[in-house]
Amino acid sequence: MAQFTLPKNSKIGVGKTYDHAAGAKRARTISIYRWDPDTGENPRIDKYIIDLDKCGPMVLDAIIYIKNEIDPTVAFRRSCREGICGSCAMNIGGTNTLACTTATESIKGDVKIYPLPHMQVSKDLVPDLTHFYAQYASIKPWLQSETQPPPDKERLQSKEDREKLDGLYECILCACCSTSCPSYWWNSDRYLGPAALLQAHRWLVDSRDEATGERLDNLEDPFRLYRCHTIMNCTRTCPKGLNPAKAIAEIKQMMVARNL
Amino acid sequence: MPAEYQLIEHQYDVIVVGAGGAGLRATFGMAAEGLATACITKVFPTRSHTVAAQGGMSAALGNMGPDDWRWHMYDTVKGSDWLGDQDAIEYMCREAIPAVIELEHYGVPFSRTETGEIYQRPFGGMTTNYGEGTAQRTCAAADRTGHAILHTLYQQSLKHNAEFLIEYFAVDLVMDADGVCRGVIAWNLEDGSMHIFRAQTVVLATGGYGRSYFSCTSAHTCTGDGNGMALRAGLPLQDMEFTQFHPTGIYGAGCLITEGVRGEGGYLTNADGERFMERYAPNAKDLASRDVVSRSMTIEINEGRGVGDHKDHIFLHLEHLGPEVINERLPGIAESAEIFAGVDVTKQPIPVLPTVHYNMGGVPTNYHGEVVTLRDGNPDSVVPGLMSIGEAACVSVHGANRLGSNSLLDLVVFGRAAAKRCAATLTPGATQPSVDRNAVDKIISRFDALRYADGSESTAKLRDDMQRIMQTHAAVFRTGDVLEEGKAKLREVYAAFQHVKVSDRSMRWNTDLVETLELANLLGSAMVSIDAAANRTESRGAHAREDFPDRDDENWMKHTLTWIEDDGKVKFDYRPVHLYTLSDDVEVVPPKKRVY
Repeated sequence: MAQFTLPKNSKIGVGKTYDHAAGAKRARTISIYRWDPDTGENPRIDKYIIDLDKCGPMVLDAIIYIKNEIDPTVAFRRSCREGICGSCAMNIGGTNTLACTTATESIKGDVKIYPLPHMQVSKDLVPDLTHFYAQYASIKPWLQSETQPPPDKERLQSKEDREKLDGLYECILCACCSTSCPSYWWNSDRYLGPAALLQAHRWLVDSRDEATGERLDNLEDPFRLYRCHTIMNCTRTCPKGLNPAKAIAEIKQMMVARNL
Repeated sequence: MPAEYQLIEHQYDVIVVGAGGAGLRATFGMAAEGLATACITKVFPTRSHTVAAQGGMSAALGNMGPDDWRWHMYDTVKGSDWLGDQDAIEYMCREAIPAVIELEHYGVPFSRTETGEIYQRPFGGMTTNYGEGTAQRTCAAADRTGHAILHTLYQQSLKHNAEFLIEYFAVDLVMDADGVCRGVIAWNLEDGSMHIFRAQTVVLATGGYGRSYFSCTSAHTCTGDGNGMALRAGLPLQDMEFTQFHPTGIYGAGCLITEGVRGEGGYLTNADGERFMERYAPNAKDLASRDVVSRSMTIEINEGRGVGDHKDHIFLHLEHLGPEVINERLPGIAESAEIFAGVDVTKQPIPVLPTVHYNMGGVPTNYHGEVVTLRDGNPDSVVPGLMSIGEAACVSVHGANRLGSNSLLDLVVFGRAAAKRCAATLTPGATQPSVDRNAVDKIISRFDALRYADGSESTAKLRDDMQRIMQTHAAVFRTGDVLEEGKAKLREVYAAFQHVKVSDRSMRWNTDLVETLELANLLGSAMVSIDAAANRTESRGAHAREDFPDRDDENWMKHTLTWIEDDGKVKFDYRPVHLYTLSDDVEVVPPKKRVY
């Protein structure tokens, strides 16, 4: 029988509130999704009221402040803190983005932080990205060519051909786009999602790559490519300003063009 | 050993610890050679700090004009202030050319010249004809070269089906009674399981320890884990007094702004609007090597010519380059400057400050990547079963100061060298002796003690204390008194670590414990670093002593070795600098005064 409510164990409860903003001029509530795989308890939202004058400007700074000063058990990923490694992707104020490049002041009201949506949660703000990475690997994201490159020299590539990679190679695999896509939420078992498809396009348009036909064959499938319904959440959410929706549209065009 | 830990045992020919540029290049190189290889990494490979390298990778390709790997070697030796080992430097500069060509063949999206070759930009300290002209030697993919290279290396690893154990934290090396490395113990953060990886060779490719300072360009994960493991295994670290301050970290945030900005024509000014580098380095100006520029900026600030309300930083200008050059060659830093300094680089200068960036010191190795130590009077005695590459290692190709764009080069060249060495010296599938259970017990007991640590000091508090001490007492300019005071304060933190408090007792994604294990590694690195700085009574490269302003080749042209003993005492010894080359194709660069 169809089930119309969330399973019991995924209902989010009310957690603890920690007030650490006595005398603060810029007090702000940071609400963080908490789930501990060891306790078997339902997830909860813990609220931390902090003084923004005591921490750095970004949401990541606020989370690190909370871990350092209030609650060392909060789990999240972080590394470069400058928007290039893609570790601290999470859902902040309803948008998938990087905590390290999002200013806390840019969020209105309470800052609500959840793990990337619709992924298995490992703990707190840490989603399991195993499947996401496997999908990336499935598009064979490496240069394939039958022609041997010159032994002691680089392959030549014109500036114009190199420019075709701009807007594609910069992807940091943060998974913000794929996990913002309703089609991916529904069919992530078979739909590759915007991040993997952006990378597929990166190799399709690289003038040095010779596997265009096979790459397109691999995508010619009702699910892998065509579950993109141009909802555009991917492009709206990308913290690096890339446009996966456009890349997907261009793959679809290549499919049509080769069948003409 | 506490009974609750069930160690899952694995056997490989090679275990690589770390999946940055060096670790990845080694991993798939080994896999391609038919060695059973796995790479253990605490972060997903493309999140390693190599991803943040911006400016490029040096190689004397000569795409922009005449170039020669011998000139590159000369520059590197001079940049190292004659502390670099010249055999290793020769190897690196020669191998640079095939290494970068290989990367292009792998698919790195390098920027291109009009003729379609790899674009190369000028960088600090890189010259033509032994110091005469400015070389354009740094191969670039816009200002995201590290990202482009790291992603490509991961892609090659996928192509070669290399095995990765992702989000495993390496706890310690398993050494046997004869000082042979037999494997490594690691903790799987996802499911909380503990593993012992037996291997014929363990390769430490764990990166630097920038996070021992309060302000650094380094990622949160740059915690010197390999250095910490080496120290606990009773091995020395080398040249730990040499810490590079990058001239242009964003004021406040500390994020990196590439030297490539100055390579493309950017320049620094003080409060008077003066291009002050012309005074300090009349020839190279803003493209003098990093230690020189960082010192010059610090002098300007100390003498009251800093910019801003507190006169405590410097301006970096690129407005004059125009939006076209910025968009094509420096788009990443334009984005960073906007996010972290609120600056539109086409209209305003970026506020910058010398910021801790790179550790020249590390685990001493030869140019094959094999770890060496001083044993029975032999300064080049190989530690069997252990290699180290990348920033974790000290080959030493960077000596007392690394040149910009020689780091990506170091990673790829010595990652490759390690794979070649293992292919030549190991037999795939060779039988391995069982590991010393006492050694394993000791490692697990230490881990368990930290997991249940219930003292009075939080990890965050101790880390903050350490970072502030290093920032204040081991800065761009150093003096004996300040260093000694820092040593004493750091010892208090080191002692206080016995009373650390860990709040999370779980095994799955216990990042509180991860940070505590990382702090232990940072503390070891910081201790030997500040002690070595107090010990070296001369100025050389990045180590600038105000009380000993001159280089002293007679007494100090030697590598410092430092060990930490059980009671926290730092022990010193030395290795000679290799003042010889690998071949007859090039002559030794004899020491002389270093002027830019």
